[in-house]
Amino acid sequence: MDSLLAQVDGFMYPNEIELQWSVLIVLYPYITGLVAGAFILASLERVFNVEAVKPTYRLALLTALAFLLVAPLPLQLHLGHPERSFEMYLTPKTDSAMAMFGFVYLWYLMGVLVVEIWLDYRKDIVLKARSSTGPVRLFYRALALGSDDIGPRALEIDDRVGRFVTIVGIPSAFLLHGYVGFIFGSVKANPWWSTPLMPVVFLFSAIVSGIALVMLVYMTVSWLRGRTVDMTCLDTIARYLFYAFLIDFSLEVLDLIHRMYEADESFKSLDFMVKTRYATAGVLTLIGIFAMRWNVVIGGQLFSKSFLGYTVYKMGFATREGMLPAILLMILPFAILWLLIRVLPPWLGEGDRGVVETAEG
Amino acid sequence: MPQPLKDARHLVRMAGLFLVAGVGFLVLRSALIPAGFGELGHYRSGALDDNARVEPRFAGRGACAECHDLAPEELAGGAHAAIGCEACHGPLAGHAADPDTEVPPALDTRSLCATCHAAEPAKPGWFPQVVAAEHAGDDACDECHVPHQPGV
Repeated sequence: MDSLLAQVDGFMYPNEIELQWSVLIVLYPYITGLVAGAFILASLERVFNVEAVKPTYRLALLTALAFLLVAPLPLQLHLGHPERSFEMYLTPKTDSAMAMFGFVYLWYLMGVLVVEIWLDYRKDIVLKARSSTGPVRLFYRALALGSDDIGPRALEIDDRVGRFVTIVGIPSAFLLHGYVGFIFGSVKANPWWSTPLMPVVFLFSAIVSGIALVMLVYMTVSWLRGRTVDMTCLDTIARYLFYAFLIDFSLEVLDLIHRMYEADESFKSLDFMVKTRYATAGVLTLIGIFAMRWNVVIGGQLFSKSFLGYTVYKMGFATREGMLPAILLMILPFAILWLLIRVLPPWLGEGDRGVVETAEG
Repeated sequence: MPQPLKDARHLVRMAGLFLVAGVGFLVLRSALIPAGFGELGHYRSGALDDNARVEPRFAGRGACAECHDLAPEELAGGAHAAIGCEACHGPLAGHAADPDTEVPPALDTRSLCATCHAAEPAKPGWFPQVVAAEHAGDDACDECHVPHQPGV
């Protein structure tokens, strides 16, 4: 008790002294944001025909998939009893936004991402199946669903359907991440979270972080493969990153100005947070979306509903919700991405989609 | 004979796969959802009967008063007057049903009283609260206090 009280400043309600939403809950919106952002970058090429970013198209999709597969794990680890999460699907509770996450997630994973990746890779998968033998051949044939048809007409259909899926995918990506923002934005008891701007702010910060991630992955992968980085591509990505960042920054400033002008009862409490606890993190927010997620999730729990007190967050290291599992969870998607790249190399059909060509190896 | 889906067979297979997965899920779902779920709300209606069948563990003050003189003169007006007997003495439905075989356990007042009266900053200032070691050393609370009529 005394050790807990030592971290309290001012007046805190007893249930507020210890933070319930840990670093894992920071990780969850961060990872889903990376997914949404990576997908938006991929759709730039597919839907908006930004040819320059083409070299990152497939990489962006695989990155989105790798991170999406990891996205629910922080939640599972935070809540415990992962076996119970399946019950969200069995007995859906439609009036709870949190309980509907399973469906938002499943739709985005299976309805959008997997289908789009499959359609885009189908030609390569079939070619791989043709050129390999034994179990590898069986694996790729199964991936191709036993189909061997990569005639021009079939590929054209794939392209059209793929484009349609991407178009559906954009609002879906917005839904996935806007939803995460909505969860926080609708916690009306917490003035730090409760704003209708939250989904939009989350979305644009997601785009910023996702684009930045794919850019880094692309540079790393090119470096590992000993290939030169396509500078036009990188410049274009950086430009979009800058646009997204501008919008994100404007939204955050808008949020802050709005809070300052509104100056409701909670403001003195928030103002103190902005000026002291987050002086450092505030600077970091400008360069790292993770810091923003941290500010939102952890920051929202540091002040009392009494608006008269503050607590601090002590993160464990090798505990269930400590730093170590958080770090491992951040490494895991890269391991999955590495595996995905091994199975479905993004550079196999590099260049002209829709034309049959032999695999380059 | 025209084959409109000739070049889209792989898509039909994909759609078929989704269909199979969807139907499989629905079958699984109907097997896994317990009977009565959703009848009365977002829960299994049979849970109400299950709960109703659970044997009560608390007898209630009325049952105590049937045998014990609750000494109303002691309790009346005392700070503990509104507290149920079993709040301190524990759930004693078994004892109420068969007083001879089921004997209530002796109480360790030092830990029992601390449940409410251990000092804690979150409690309102008017509430009697002590740090037991400073307040009474190793002595038990009921060496000085009478729990049924607290106050020294």
